[in-house]
Amino acid sequence: MKKYSYYPGCSLEVSCKPYEDSVKETFGALDMQLKEIDDWNCCGATLTVGVAETSAAYLSARNMAIAEKQGDDLAVPCSACFTALKKQEHIMADRKDIREKVNGLLKEEGLEYKGGIKIRHVLDIMVNDAEKEIKSAIKKPLKGIKAASYYGCQIVRPKSDIDDPDNPIIMDNLVRWLGAEPVFFGARTRCCAALLMQTRPEVAEPMAAEILASAKESGADCIVTACPLCMINLESYQDRLSNKFKKDLHIPVLYFTQLMGYAMGISPEKLGIKGNFINSDKVLAKAGN
Amino acid sequence: VISFTSNQLKNLKNYIYLRFPHKTESVGNGFKPFPTKELHMNETKSANLSKQIYEEFSKTPEGTKLRECIQCGTCSGSCPVSRSMDYTPRHIIAMLRAGRIEEVLKSDTAWICASCYSCTVRCPAGIKYTDFLYLLKRMGQKAGIKPKNKKGLAMAKSFYQVLSEYGRSYEPELMVRSNITTPFNLLGFMPFAMKLFSKGRLPIFPSKVKGAKYIRKALKKADN
Repeated sequence: MKKYSYYPGCSLEVSCKPYEDSVKETFGALDMQLKEIDDWNCCGATLTVGVAETSAAYLSARNMAIAEKQGDDLAVPCSACFTALKKQEHIMADRKDIREKVNGLLKEEGLEYKGGIKIRHVLDIMVNDAEKEIKSAIKKPLKGIKAASYYGCQIVRPKSDIDDPDNPIIMDNLVRWLGAEPVFFGARTRCCAALLMQTRPEVAEPMAAEILASAKESGADCIVTACPLCMINLESYQDRLSNKFKKDLHIPVLYFTQLMGYAMGISPEKLGIKGNFINSDKVLAKAGN
Repeated sequence: VISFTSNQLKNLKNYIYLRFPHKTESVGNGFKPFPTKELHMNETKSANLSKQIYEEFSKTPEGTKLRECIQCGTCSGSCPVSRSMDYTPRHIIAMLRAGRIEEVLKSDTAWICASCYSCTVRCPAGIKYTDFLYLLKRMGQKAGIKPKNKKGLAMAKSFYQVLSEYGRSYEPELMVRSNITTPFNLLGFMPFAMKLFSKGRLPIFPSKVKGAKYIRKALKKADN
């Protein structure tokens, strides 16, 4: 049985609960163990680095130090957490001054960052560790569904051992294993606008609209994503964006784990598919017809 | 000495207007060129700041490459938001080299960056441009220079405060804190909040981290 430490990240707790549900269900169905790390905190996200350098390192390092105690590879479902942790891992290795200061702060809690734990995106684990298991676990092949894999930014950038930063294919491969047809679309690695949707909606709206339009024009039935923030930006504003840009931009968005779970015969309720804003019943009903 | 007739000057202005529309007030993104009277920094201070920026950045991984920028503009071309910036990423490095530090730190560029890292992976000189913008954000705060549009800064600071308090993110408080000076904006989030609520996805209470008191202490000490 494969074992992983698990760092959910803040968004998976409540606001993107469907992702967490589907991650846990699919790991369970593939007989892979996820053990949530004890008393984790926010990774610092992309925001903290722009305010306080050492604090950002401390926040990520605390989680990694806790995960080190547990030992296994650290599975991270959120792309922003994944990038933040990897970034600070890099900084802790490179900057002696920061590492010493952070370890001094961690010591007060009895923790120490040594490094050496492997931080891995859940998508990477699924595709690279569980290919055989996934292929043999498919009960309901998604034949007839055209799925547009949306990678966004922080899975493959800035530095990734997973796939090419400009032309990734791993999620498309996964979609093919599930029996669905992967659809190539131009905006697959464009930025979803992240937090700009809150701070600068006038800048963010065309960005999200471009992704939705590009996926729709490529003939996709649904968009598949592996990041909670991409999901929020793509699913939450479809009405507003359609009105604003005078174009029908409605398209279901699913987490890749939800699509996987559905193909593996797990019920949509357990996968949190009902918790998504855009109803995907019609698309999923296409499977096998 | 070159002198222009008033007609030539007008033509020149029109030329600049057409070729560099982002340098004029005519564009919809609300950009206004810096009137020089708004710049206060003296030369010594800006030279010092410039030196600090290079020094600080060269401490970061591969940071010394900043000096190797060839002004090719790959960053600006790859950036999905350069169209909304007052100065494009390439332009910022050019201004840094020209010693126009105050304008660099006041500019919106760093705060519009959504951290997609397209520039970083494509830069032929290997400059970690996204990290450079993080540095500019911190330097601006250190030097007490506020960016023109303060929403990004307000959000980042509020997020930091929320983390210091709970150790994890807590979205409702983040929204309130970051819009404290513009409470009217909060109304705009209501439809989204209701949507989350209807799916049981709106966090009602902040989640508890046992080590929150250590985190609070550590964040106080970390950058001071």
